[in-house]
Amino acid sequence: MALLLRIWRAVLVHSASAWSGQALSDAPSAVARLDPRLRLVIVLGFALGVNLASLLAKLLMLCLALACCYGAKIPPRKLLRRLLLIEGFMLFVLVFLPFSVPGEPMFTLGALSASIEGLWQAMHIILNATAVVAMVLAMLASLSAFALAQTLAKLGAPMMLVMLMLFFVRYLEVMGTELRRMRASMRARAFRPGSNRHTWRSYGHLVGMAVLRGMERAERVQMAMRCRGFRGEYLRNYPHVWRQLDTLVAVGMVIAMGGLLWL
Amino acid sequence: MALIALEGLGFGYCGREALFRDVSLTLDAGERVAVLGENGVGKTTLLHVIMGLRVARSGRVCGFGESYQSEDDFMRLRQRVGYVFQDPDDQLFCPTVIEDLCFGPLNLGHSHEQALQQAEDILARLEIAHLRDRVSHQLSGGQKRLVTLASVLVMQPEVLLLDEPSNALDRGSRERLIETLLALPQAMILVSHDDDLVDRLATRRVRLASDGLHEAM
Repeated sequence: MALLLRIWRAVLVHSASAWSGQALSDAPSAVARLDPRLRLVIVLGFALGVNLASLLAKLLMLCLALACCYGAKIPPRKLLRRLLLIEGFMLFVLVFLPFSVPGEPMFTLGALSASIEGLWQAMHIILNATAVVAMVLAMLASLSAFALAQTLAKLGAPMMLVMLMLFFVRYLEVMGTELRRMRASMRARAFRPGSNRHTWRSYGHLVGMAVLRGMERAERVQMAMRCRGFRGEYLRNYPHVWRQLDTLVAVGMVIAMGGLLWL
Repeated sequence: MALIALEGLGFGYCGREALFRDVSLTLDAGERVAVLGENGVGKTTLLHVIMGLRVARSGRVCGFGESYQSEDDFMRLRQRVGYVFQDPDDQLFCPTVIEDLCFGPLNLGHSHEQALQQAEDILARLEIAHLRDRVSHQLSGGQKRLVTLASVLVMQPEVLLLDEPSNALDRGSRERLIETLLALPQAMILVSHDDDLVDRLATRRVRLASDGLHEAM
């Protein structure tokens, strides 16, 4: 349990700092020169394609994604760390799927038998996840949150969801600090969590207060935005222009993915 | 012509008795009016009513020779009156500083390039150009305060409403803020419990009570 908590915390910390810690504008690289719209569409198309492909094609697609990472100049250490994070979750799939999928028994463990079909399925899922995450990192990791929001808006994503994403990036840390402050004040008054009524009631108050403060904060943020002339027409400005290079890369991608799917 | 004229404003939260009534105030060019009063008397709420964020129960908000009633009316007022919120985290909602500074000009219908230029200008004027690409939530309190001020000034308002501007600032940041504010040409209405700040900035003081605004010494 403690180990799980530690892993979860590492994931949280990592995902929160992923955006705040990175370089905020595109470092010059081959991928950074592409139109962000194209990069987003490539990720979506790639995710769809990988899921439909055979095992061998998936392996080649993973290589393609890693090549893109190279083109995006993602530091190998960063790439490895993020991929390992995913593989941690994939370990569960690898352990449990062979036992839960019926089929030809590979070996038996007491009353349980592991099937080859399960193993293959696990391989499929692992390759899917790894390839897609690598591609997301290659195409989107160097994009700032704001640029990603602009791109989503340009591609016609619902404005409310886009704004939600933007607020999430900005206010995760604010809410986290607020929560930590409240918990620190609980500890400062000799609060020790245990499995008793008092603990659950106190945590209830804590969560309730966090939600309430979040609501009030949201109201004030909205007011501040209205004061600066906000009418929902925002992010409509898209600074990038589609160039010939983008068309070329798009066609290349379609051919490559088509070829791999046909394989 | 008065920049802002409040005529007998009254307000109360839904289902509760009136917080204040009969609030009248005239703000002329070059004035810096400090609104004083105890906690909970409704100073922040008064600023909200002036900006049209809360609807007055009685009275009128006028300014620049017009009277303001609907949300559309107040949208026009908000282009000329800038409101600096008490908590900078409420105001700076974009991931980075430059995006936040462009927000107002973009809302006013300027192009991306124009907005960027105006943002750069205001950063240079407040001498915080080095904060341009910083992540908002990683700024210090003093830096956040200057950036919120910039995010409002970039819209070139004629009046500034300031809600506890020196709150939670250390001595150095506070000094810098006061000097920045003193150098600004805008008329201001400021709410503050910071006596020294009020002494140095205000040209006039009024005290808010439930039965209206009174001239204070």
